[in-house]
Amino acid sequence: MKLITAIIKPFKLEEVRQALTDIGLQGMTVTEVKGYGRQKGHTEIYRGAEYAVSFLPKIKIEVVVASTQTDKAVEAIVKAAKTGQIGDGKIFVSPVDHTLRIRTGESDDAAL
Amino acid sequence: MKLSSTMRSAGVLGIAAALACLAGTAYAAGDLTLVDAAGNQYSGFKGDVTWMMTATVLVLLMTAPGLALFYGGLVRTKNMLSIMMQVYASMCMVMILWVLYGYSMTFTNGGALNDYIGGFSKVLLAGVTPSSPVATFSNGVYLPEMVYIVFQMTFAAITPALIVGGFAERAKFSAVMLFIALWVTCIYFPIAHMVWYWGGPDAWAAAAKALAEAGGPDNAEAKAAFDLAMLDSGKVFQWGALDFAGGTVVHINAGIAGLVGALLIGKRVGFGREQMPPHSLTMTMIGAALLWVGWFGFNVGSNLEANGTAVLAMVNTFVATAAAGLAWMLIEWVVKGKPSALGLASGVVAGLVAVTPACGFSGPMGAVILGIVAGIVCFVFATGVKNALGFDDSLDVFSVHCIGGIIGALGTGLLVNPDWGGAGIPDYVSKPGELIVAPYDMMFQLTAQGKAVLMTLLWSGIGSAILFKLVDIIVGLRPVTDKEREGLDITDHGERAYNY
Repeated sequence: MKLITAIIKPFKLEEVRQALTDIGLQGMTVTEVKGYGRQKGHTEIYRGAEYAVSFLPKIKIEVVVASTQTDKAVEAIVKAAKTGQIGDGKIFVSPVDHTLRIRTGESDDAAL
Repeated sequence: MKLSSTMRSAGVLGIAAALACLAGTAYAAGDLTLVDAAGNQYSGFKGDVTWMMTATVLVLLMTAPGLALFYGGLVRTKNMLSIMMQVYASMCMVMILWVLYGYSMTFTNGGALNDYIGGFSKVLLAGVTPSSPVATFSNGVYLPEMVYIVFQMTFAAITPALIVGGFAERAKFSAVMLFIALWVTCIYFPIAHMVWYWGGPDAWAAAAKALAEAGGPDNAEAKAAFDLAMLDSGKVFQWGALDFAGGTVVHINAGIAGLVGALLIGKRVGFGREQMPPHSLTMTMIGAALLWVGWFGFNVGSNLEANGTAVLAMVNTFVATAAAGLAWMLIEWVVKGKPSALGLASGVVAGLVAVTPACGFSGPMGAVILGIVAGIVCFVFATGVKNALGFDDSLDVFSVHCIGGIIGALGTGLLVNPDWGGAGIPDYVSKPGELIVAPYDMMFQLTAQGKAVLMTLLWSGIGSAILFKLVDIIVGLRPVTDKEREGLDITDHGERAYNY
């Protein structure tokens, strides 16, 4: 099993959710986060006072998938979240040792 | 001729449509009869009373939701309740002070000190009944005094609430409340008295008529009685300065006090190093919109009657404001690259401030020009001059209210000119009982306006400095640094604005 953590532009969330549902994934966790990468921040001006805003609003999606599905899921996210502009985000894939569904006690792939 | 110079200095707050009134003392009967303490009857109109009650509630709308939201959106989350409470609680307090002694100190004759302050004859609203009359700007037309009391109460309540924007996010609640109680007493009531207190059209007509019947200014005794009647007014009023709805009394007055507060209390902790962007421009936009709606009560209500001049004030309050909002937005678009929402809202408020003294005197095209000038000059002050000088007038009370008020006060002196489409300066004494337009003299009028501005700047500037020092000694102006960092919502009020 793999944990896919994707940081995307907020307005791309719905497209990514749809793409992951289309390949058969049944759940995900979404968090509103702030951060920056090469995009750095942007400048805001309030009555002439300029503020360099370094942390931009992003969406973090966390989804755990069976190892066999990893590539397909990553590909789906990339396809849906890509605008080609700076600031599209990043995807991290990491191993997951164990999964447990609390209600039934099912574990690992059966619990996904 | 001495009489004419007195007439010219007879600046008043509004030209009322006195078309219905006849020369002499016979006036068109109203549908409302008022009776003073001596049993004399006065005529009024229910339509005027209806409008004044509505206008009073509209001015309340400016303060509690309007100003509180406008300011609230501009501070950081941790100080949202603090700024709203400073506006809301001070408003409540001033309302009580107003009926205790404020109205009396503002709108009665102060005897030997009458040039500067009223007296105590109506403390606790002594002698005021539902049928007590008060003069309007038309001969023979009266309002119930009680509606005038509450209308003017809302003015006294909003003015100190404007000041707190100058030192938002860093003044203790107790200090703000004590300062405002002292400030309205020592500064607002006297300035309002100086600018707005006078005997009324019929008192002036009666004095002029008595003088004419006694043989004119050559009769020394009659002349002395006439002069005494003219002197039953405040100092700035005697100078002939025009202020329709409070450019000096409200905006310059509060604006300079806000600046003095910003300088004496000092900058916010972290000012210039930490980011302090507005926490909700949505609320600021809502607040600015409510201010504009409420401002019709403020400006149009200041006419005291629902007539043609009232409608002129309404038109001007629309167009000057729209012009100022656009002017600020456009110059910002050119200079800073983007037309911002806060810029538009700031321009709208600057336009409202500038048209306040002018709204019943200027013509509509004059008001548009006034709005454009106010939008541009206030933009330069708020975005350029303030940053260059480095003081922390947090919510731009000085740049918008004081500068906008000065533009409006001086602009009124120009735009009242009938040759430029203005309504002209009213003259109640040349033909007693009849309202005519006095000859316009630009130098005289600009001098009078300038003196009114200077008087307000000095009285409020110096007076506020003394009061801030006094409050600092008694309760201390600022919270300790840690409390300021934590936010005044928690440290002053024990609450958070947002729990989610």
